[in-house]
Amino acid sequence: MISVQSIFDHAVLAALAILSLSFLVTIYRIIRGPTLPDRILGLDMLVAVAIGFITVIGIKTGYTLYVDVAIALGLVGFLATVAFARFVLARGKTEDDILAEAQQAASDARREGRAAAKEQLRRDAGKQEPDAGVSGRSGDPHA
Amino acid sequence: MLVYPAGQETPMHDIVTLVSAAFLLIGSAFALVASIGLLRLPDLYTRMHAASKAGTMGSCLMLIALAIHTTDVGTMSRALAGVVFFLLTAPVSSHLLAKAAYAVGYRLHSTSVTDEMAPKDQQ
Repeated sequence: MISVQSIFDHAVLAALAILSLSFLVTIYRIIRGPTLPDRILGLDMLVAVAIGFITVIGIKTGYTLYVDVAIALGLVGFLATVAFARFVLARGKTEDDILAEAQQAASDARREGRAAAKEQLRRDAGKQEPDAGVSGRSGDPHA
Repeated sequence: MLVYPAGQETPMHDIVTLVSAAFLLIGSAFALVASIGLLRLPDLYTRMHAASKAGTMGSCLMLIALAIHTTDVGTMSRALAGVVFFLLTAPVSSHLLAKAAYAVGYRLHSTSVTDEMAPKDQQ
């Protein structure tokens, strides 16, 4: 007959394995996550999974001081998410906005550079032409 | 009442251990479902729907498993306090994040059916 204790041990091991899997999947979303709020959400989820880990380890080892750590981690995770949400609000633009701004700035810089080069060319040409004109005009009276 | 003297082998003890194991497995399954939702769903708001409901449910179930497994009343009450705290803070934080993201202009996915916060002329 299978003892209750061995069922419990296997359940603890299975819970640890499932939690590890979900930890890895969440980390994939954090690394991949196309926008900042996706990553913040991933961190929030990571805190939840870490609380689960702490509880399972607390059950496995019987070292129940870990419950306090779990509560403190929950508090820190909540405050971090709130602070990140305020940061998203304060930044006030999405990744698309930032990309569009960068492209706009790049095209502005290109246009400015082209205008400056044209201006320089015109100035060079103008510098040569007045010389020619002056010499021509100064040459004319003599002629 | 689930409080019993430590180390005493009774049918009650077996039942409590089995229930605790079941809560552990169900809680970790909820965490896995939440992370798969985080991976598969198309945009921030639907991902938030997975992470803040199933994820909270998963860690709360595991804290409850700890609460019913332990023999110490102090640990049990702290675990239950953690459950209450987590249930209170998770909706607040994800609501704040969703509101900030929507206000800043992160758009819903194109397959979203309705956007009730959109201005009337854009619906």
